[in-house]
Amino acid sequence: MSDNLEALLTQALHALANATDLTSLDDVRVHYLGKKGVFTAQMKELGRLEPDQRREAGQVINQAKEAFQDTLDAKKIELEQAALLARLANERIDVTLAGRGQKVGGLHPVTTTLRRINKIFASVGFQVVEGPEIEDDYHNFEALNIPAHHPARAMHDTFYFDAHRVLRTHTSPVQIRVMESEKPPLKVIAPGRVYRCDSDITHTPMFHQVEGFLVDTNVSFADLKGVVYEFLRAFFEKDIQVRFRPSYFPFTEPSAEVDIECVMCGGEGCRVCSHTGWLEVMGCGMIHPEVFKSVNIDSETYSGFAFGMGVERLAMLRYGINDLRLFFENDLKFLQQFN
Amino acid sequence: MKISETWLRTYVNPALSTEQLVAQITMAGLEVDAVEPVAAQFSGVVVGEVLETEQHPDADKLRVCLVNVGEAEPLQIVCGAANVRPGLKIPASVIGAVLPGDFKIKKSKLRGVESFGMLCSAKELGLVAEAEGLMELPADAPVGVDIRDYLQLNDNSIEVDLTPNRADCLSVEGVAREIAVLNQLTLAVPDIQAATVTSTEKLSVHVDAPQACPRYLGRIISGVNNHAQTPLWMQERLRRSGLRSLSALVDVTNYVLLELGQPLHVFDAQKLQGDIHVRYAKIGETLELLNAQTITLADNHLIIADDKQPLALAGVMGGNESAVDDNTQTVFLECAFFAPLAIAGKARHFGLHTDSSHRFERGVDFELQHRAIERATQLILDICGGSAGDITAVSSQADLPKREPIVLREAKLTQILGMAFEPQAVNDILTRLGLHVSAQADGWKVIPPSFRFDIAIEADLIEEIARIHGYNNLPNNQILVRSSLNEATESTIDLERVKDLLVDSGYQEAITYSFIDEAMQQTIAPSAQFIRLQNPISAELAVMRTTLWGGLLNAALHNTNRQQTRVRLFESGLRFVQQDSDTHQEKMLAGLALGSVNLEQWGEKTRLVDFFDVKADIEAIFALTGVSVDFVAHEHETLHPGQSAKILTKTGELVGWLGMLHPTLESQLGFETPVFLFELAQDVLLKKQHAHFKSLSKFPSVSRDLALLVKEDVTSGDIIASIASCEEPLLQEAVIFDVYRGKGVDENYKSVALRLVLQNQTQTLTDTEIDAIVSTFLETLTRQTGAKLRD
Repeated sequence: MSDNLEALLTQALHALANATDLTSLDDVRVHYLGKKGVFTAQMKELGRLEPDQRREAGQVINQAKEAFQDTLDAKKIELEQAALLARLANERIDVTLAGRGQKVGGLHPVTTTLRRINKIFASVGFQVVEGPEIEDDYHNFEALNIPAHHPARAMHDTFYFDAHRVLRTHTSPVQIRVMESEKPPLKVIAPGRVYRCDSDITHTPMFHQVEGFLVDTNVSFADLKGVVYEFLRAFFEKDIQVRFRPSYFPFTEPSAEVDIECVMCGGEGCRVCSHTGWLEVMGCGMIHPEVFKSVNIDSETYSGFAFGMGVERLAMLRYGINDLRLFFENDLKFLQQFN
Repeated sequence: MKISETWLRTYVNPALSTEQLVAQITMAGLEVDAVEPVAAQFSGVVVGEVLETEQHPDADKLRVCLVNVGEAEPLQIVCGAANVRPGLKIPASVIGAVLPGDFKIKKSKLRGVESFGMLCSAKELGLVAEAEGLMELPADAPVGVDIRDYLQLNDNSIEVDLTPNRADCLSVEGVAREIAVLNQLTLAVPDIQAATVTSTEKLSVHVDAPQACPRYLGRIISGVNNHAQTPLWMQERLRRSGLRSLSALVDVTNYVLLELGQPLHVFDAQKLQGDIHVRYAKIGETLELLNAQTITLADNHLIIADDKQPLALAGVMGGNESAVDDNTQTVFLECAFFAPLAIAGKARHFGLHTDSSHRFERGVDFELQHRAIERATQLILDICGGSAGDITAVSSQADLPKREPIVLREAKLTQILGMAFEPQAVNDILTRLGLHVSAQADGWKVIPPSFRFDIAIEADLIEEIARIHGYNNLPNNQILVRSSLNEATESTIDLERVKDLLVDSGYQEAITYSFIDEAMQQTIAPSAQFIRLQNPISAELAVMRTTLWGGLLNAALHNTNRQQTRVRLFESGLRFVQQDSDTHQEKMLAGLALGSVNLEQWGEKTRLVDFFDVKADIEAIFALTGVSVDFVAHEHETLHPGQSAKILTKTGELVGWLGMLHPTLESQLGFETPVFLFELAQDVLLKKQHAHFKSLSKFPSVSRDLALLVKEDVTSGDIIASIASCEEPLLQEAVIFDVYRGKGVDENYKSVALRLVLQNQTQTLTDTEIDAIVSTFLETLTRQTGAKLRD
C-alpha cells in the first residue's frame, strides 16, 4: 500500500472513530465512499497508471476500502445499538400508573344471585318464566287455595289497587299461570319482584323471590328434598347441613320450611341465626290438590312440588350483607363491592 | 303465643331438657321463636313475714321492721315501702343475696339504723318492669322457703310461632297434646268437675244465626266478689304467657283461654236488659268496645245483644257498657263456638286483633264448650265466691262442623312420600294424634277429632304421617327428571347479554322500588296516567312508576349527595302505564349518566359525558341485535327540547327515548351537571336479526370523501337518508366523520365531511364509474338537502 493511501486510510478510520451518531457516520461514509468520495477518486486515478500497475494498485485501494467498510459496518452496529439503548432509556414509563379508559361497571347483587339460581336450575332443565307484578286476586290468592278471609292472607300484608287487583305478594301466581296454559311435565322457575306492605329493619316493601315447581307423574316429597338439598349445596358451594321442618302454606301439603346450618357461624350459634345455629331459607311442599283442581290438572295422575325462596336473604347470607335496606338505596359504594 | 314450660310440664313431662323439648316441637311444625327465663337471675331471697314495724327515728318514709325469715332470730330490716305492715308476707333478701343486675345485699346502716337485708318488690326481683310497693305473697306462703322455689321461677316462657292451620295448639293443653304424641306419653288432663248448681237464676238465649254460632252456652253466677285477689299462681301463669292481671273475673276467662284454647266472656248481668240474642247486627247499630273504640256495625257482623242493644262483637271483643267492674256482683258467663268464617276478617275490619278473634278465626274445638264453662265456673267460685245457676245451652247440631271420614290409600302415601310405611306405624301415628282410624282394603278410613280444623283430605293425613315420622327421616331422591331439549333462539337476545354490555360500558346496575312518590312522578312525567296504591306504606312509595327514570334519578341524587361526581346507572323492570281502565305492565331497560365521561385519569383531559357518549352505549346494544334504528329529533316533556331523540326501528316501532334531562328539572331536582337518560322497551329492543351471509368481494374498495356545505337545520340523519334514497348497490358505507363550523363557513351553515365507500363484487371500479356514482349522490343531496360541495 502506498504511503499516501496508508495515510488516507488512517485518516478515514479516525473519522469513523470520531463519528458520534448515525448521521455523522453517514457523512463520513459519503465523504470516503460516495460518488465523489475519496476512495472513489483514488479508483478513478487508476486509469492513469500503466496497465501492468493497475491491477496491483487496484488491489491496494480495494483493501483500504474493505478495511474502511468493515470498520464502518462495525461502527454502524455500535451506534445503532447505542441509539436503541438511548431510545429505550428515554421511553421508560411508570408501569404502575393506572390504566386509562372506561372502567367496567357491575350487576346488582340481587341480579348476580338470581343468575346463579337460574343457572343451577337450568342445568337440570328448569325453564325461567316471568309473570305480571300487578296481579289479580284470583291468581295471587284464590287459585292458590287462599280464599278471602283465610288467616294466611294476614301473613301477606298485601298492597291493593282495588277490590280485585294487588301487587303480587309472591311469585307463586306464575305457577298458576303456567299450569293454566301448559300441561305436565313442567319444570319451571319464576324469579321476580314481589311486594308486601311491611317496612322495618328486616323488611322492605319490595323484594325478590324465586318460585320453582315441578309437575310430573310420580313426583314425591323425596324428590323435593333431593332437589332442595342439591340446590342449596350448589348455591353455597359447600356440603352444608339442611333440615326440613313441617310448616304451613295453603298451596302445598305437606309443607315444609327449609333451614340450613348458619353460614355465618357454621352452626355454633350467633346473632344472625338468633343463636339457633339454623337459618330459614326456603318454603316448600307438595302442590296442594286444590291448586291442581283450579288449573284442571288431575291430581290422581300427576303430583308435583313447589318451593320459594327470598333472593335478598340468600344474597345476604352469601355475601355477608347485614342490612336489607342497602339493596334498594343503590349507593355506588355498596353496588361496586359486587363488581 | 307464649306459654310457661313448668305449666306445660304439668300435662306431660318427657325426659327432655328445655333445649331438646323446644327442638322437638320446632321440628314437628310448632316453631319456637324464643325461650326466655321468667325471672332474672337472683339468689338468697326467701319468703319472709313482717312481725313488727316501727317508725324510723330519723326518716319519715322509713320503717324499721322485724322480719321472720325462717331462722332462729328475726332480722331487723329497714324498709321504705308504703305497704309494709305486720303480718304481711313478702320476698326478703338476706345478707349475701344477689339481686338482678348483680346487686349484692350487705349489712348496712340507713340513717343510723342497722339493716340486715332488704324487702323486695316484684320489680326488684326482675319479674315486672314497674311495680309499686312490696310484692305481697299469700298468707299461706311458707316462711323461709327460697322464693324461686316457692314461685317456681326456674321456668321459661316458650314463645311458639304457630302457623294458621294449627289452631289446636293455641293453648297449653294443645301444645301438651302434641308433645304427648311425639313422646308417646299420656296427657294428664286437669280434672274438671261440673259445678254444683245452687242458684236458680238464668237468662234465656236466642240464637238467630245458628250457622255462625252453632253452640252457645251461658250461665249466671251470682254473688261474686270481683275485688277478690287473683291467686298468685294464676297471676304468674298469666304473666309468663304475656298477659297482665286485670281483675279476678277477667283473669279467669283469660286463664281458661290459655289453658284450653276456649275464649270466654263475662258480662255484668245487672247491666243486661232482657234476654241474650246471638244475631247479625242491623246496619248502623253502634257498639262501644272494651278498648273504648266505638264501632258502627254492618249486617255481616255477628253480635251478642240483649233485648235493647248490642253487647259484644261476637268472638272479637266485649262491649264497655256490659263489662264487669269492681262492683259487679252477678255475671253472665258466655262460652260459645263461633264458625271460623263468621268471625274471619271481622276484627281486622275494625283494626283489631284479639286473642279471641285469633282463635275463633282459626277454629276452636267445638266439643270443648261444656268443659271450658265448667272450668271457668270452678275457678270463679273458688276465687270470687258466688253461686252458679244452670247452664243455658243452645246448640244446632246441623250447623256444627262435620268430621267426614277421609280415605288414606297406602299406595298414595308411598307415592307422595317416596317411601313405604308399616301399616301398624301409620295406624299408630294417626291414633295417637286423636284421629279415629279403621283399616280397609287399600288403606285406612280416618275421622279427625273436633279440635283439628286442618285435616280434610288425604294430603292432610299424609302430612301428619310425615310430620310425626319426621321430615328428616324421609328419603332424599337424586334428581331424576324427564328432560326435553331447550330452544336456542336467534330471534331475540337475552336481556342478560344487554346488561353485561352496559356493565362493560361502565354502568352499575340499580334496583329501585316500583312505586314512587306521587310528586316525583308528576314532576318527571306530568302527562302520564298512573295507578295509585290503595294502602301505600308511605307517601314516598305511593304510585306505580310510569317510567324507570324516577327511581334512577333518586338513586343518582342519593349518590351525588354523597360526594359522587360521576354516576352511570341502569335498571331493568316493569313500568306501569295506565290507559283508561287498562294497566299496561311493560318491561323496560333504562339508564342514566352524569359527570365526567371517564373516571378522572392522569394524562387525559376530562370532559362531561354528552348525548353522543350515551348514544354510543345504546348503539352498541343495537350492534348486538343487528337491528338498525333511527334516532329522530323529537321533544319529550322530561328532556331538553334540543337534545332528545326518539328511537324508531325501520318499521316505525318506538324502541324508546334518549336525551338530556330538561335543565329546569335538572336544577329543580338538585343536580349540578347535565343528566342523560335513556329508556328502551325490552320487547322491541331484544328482537334480533340473525345474520345472513353475503359473499366477499375480491376487488378493492374505494372511498371518496366529500366536504358538504349544508344549512344548520339539515341533520346528519337527513344526509345519510338522502344517500340511502339513491339505493346505489355498490355503496358499502356512508359515514359522517367530521362536522365543522367557524372560519370559512357562513353563519347558519356547517361543513359536513362525508365518506363514501364503494365496492363491486365482479370487477375493479374505474374512475369514470366512481365519478358517475358520486355525482348522482351529489345531485340527490343538493336536491333533497340543499347541500353544496365546499370549495
